[in-house]
Amino acid sequence: MKPPPFGYSRPESVSEAVEMLASAGEEAKVLAGGQSLIPLLNMRLAVPSHLVDINRLSELSYVSIADGHVVIGALARHAEVLADPAVRAAQPLIAQALGLVAHPVIRNRGTTVGSIVHADPSGEMTAVLALLGGTVVLANSQGERTVAARDFFLGPLESDVRPDELAIQVSMPVLAPRAGCAFTEVSRRNGDYAVCGVAVLAELTESGAFGAARAAYLSVAGTPLVVDLTETGGDPAAAGRLAMDRVAPSSDIHATAAYRRHLAGVLTERGLAAALGHARERGSD
Amino acid sequence: MTDFGAATQPPDELFDVTLVVNGVSRDARVPSRRLLSDCLRHDLRLTGTHVGCEHGVCGACTVLIDGTAVRSCLMLAMSADGAAITTVEGLAEADGTLSPVQQAFTDCHGLQCGFCTPGFLTMITAALAGNPDPSEAEAREIIGGNLCRCTGYQNIVRAVLRAAELRRAAGSAAASAERAGAS
Repeated sequence: MKPPPFGYSRPESVSEAVEMLASAGEEAKVLAGGQSLIPLLNMRLAVPSHLVDINRLSELSYVSIADGHVVIGALARHAEVLADPAVRAAQPLIAQALGLVAHPVIRNRGTTVGSIVHADPSGEMTAVLALLGGTVVLANSQGERTVAARDFFLGPLESDVRPDELAIQVSMPVLAPRAGCAFTEVSRRNGDYAVCGVAVLAELTESGAFGAARAAYLSVAGTPLVVDLTETGGDPAAAGRLAMDRVAPSSDIHATAAYRRHLAGVLTERGLAAALGHARERGSD
Repeated sequence: MTDFGAATQPPDELFDVTLVVNGVSRDARVPSRRLLSDCLRHDLRLTGTHVGCEHGVCGACTVLIDGTAVRSCLMLAMSADGAAITTVEGLAEADGTLSPVQQAFTDCHGLQCGFCTPGFLTMITAALAGNPDPSEAEAREIIGGNLCRCTGYQNIVRAVLRAAELRRAAGSAAASAERAGAS
């Protein structure tokens, strides 16, 4: 249980980091919080040739609200994002999801951008980014590009980050007026990976009637699955049935496909009811 | 002769790292792949930090980095270069007086074999600094990421609440002493 050997560099700026990635080759990896990468190294499931350790890039250690978006830098730890009152007020779904990411001690070190780049199908923040239609900013030595969430997740543990690129920031829209959100999941033990989880966003019309809703699922597909629930007219039970119809989970040692499908239905029903309640509560303020 | 490949693998490049451990600046020369847990135990001979699972599940290796609890098995020593680290060896007073959390574990029988204890002590120490008066539910949340195979956790939950009491008592005693000193 010791990592394999690798080359190591510790840049002091983003420009230095992308230069190092450009010269480090295809098998290099970026090390941020390390809460997913280091277990993979310890178990030798990952054997990178070189690590570029970005923990000195304090310029990426920020969380802010700008132009109607929550903007999170690559070195912001989950715990910092979770504790930020402005983020909680602007987009409550982020804090609802982050409270379910592993244990507090893992959140102290793990980064929100890192967990999105890691693209674990059971990752809470990947589902949040997909549901909200957020974006990821990637930098290399030539410049920057912005990738939408729907194009970013390519498969389990695979995101659209090229070997010479550093994800520097994610951005997610704030919660619209007359909208509500909820995040709910089932895991075997507190802090474990979710057997199934769902993030729900619901919007009311100006008159307070149901407008639209959609949900994003974790642990039921290789990438975050987003399902439009609008056709259910805001009926939670109908949304649950629609979700059971739309998810195609697989069986593994943690749960059977049938159990995951059942959970997707139950959690969608609960999540939509909670998101609609949240929207009405905000509307009455 | 069996060739295990050892001769063909180049030796790891070594890096200098400085860690301020329990208030003392310590230097080591380590390969990039040295985990912080192994650096503390093998290079600095501070074996109070225990290593259980080595993939972040058990919590035995928890240390404080600049006051924040982290898993030392999920961090490279090089990433901690220059940081202030508190290990279980740094919790008690210099004269051996136990810290409130250590005293609470003694009072409440919060340990049996003791293997997991360093991780619980450091975790709870950091958590009480942030939340000095946890409810029982919060006490359970605090220790939710640490595994103990002996106690069944009940006495550890009691120890968290007892440690909070001891901290508050020490705080108010210090405050009264300060008032007495000022008058």
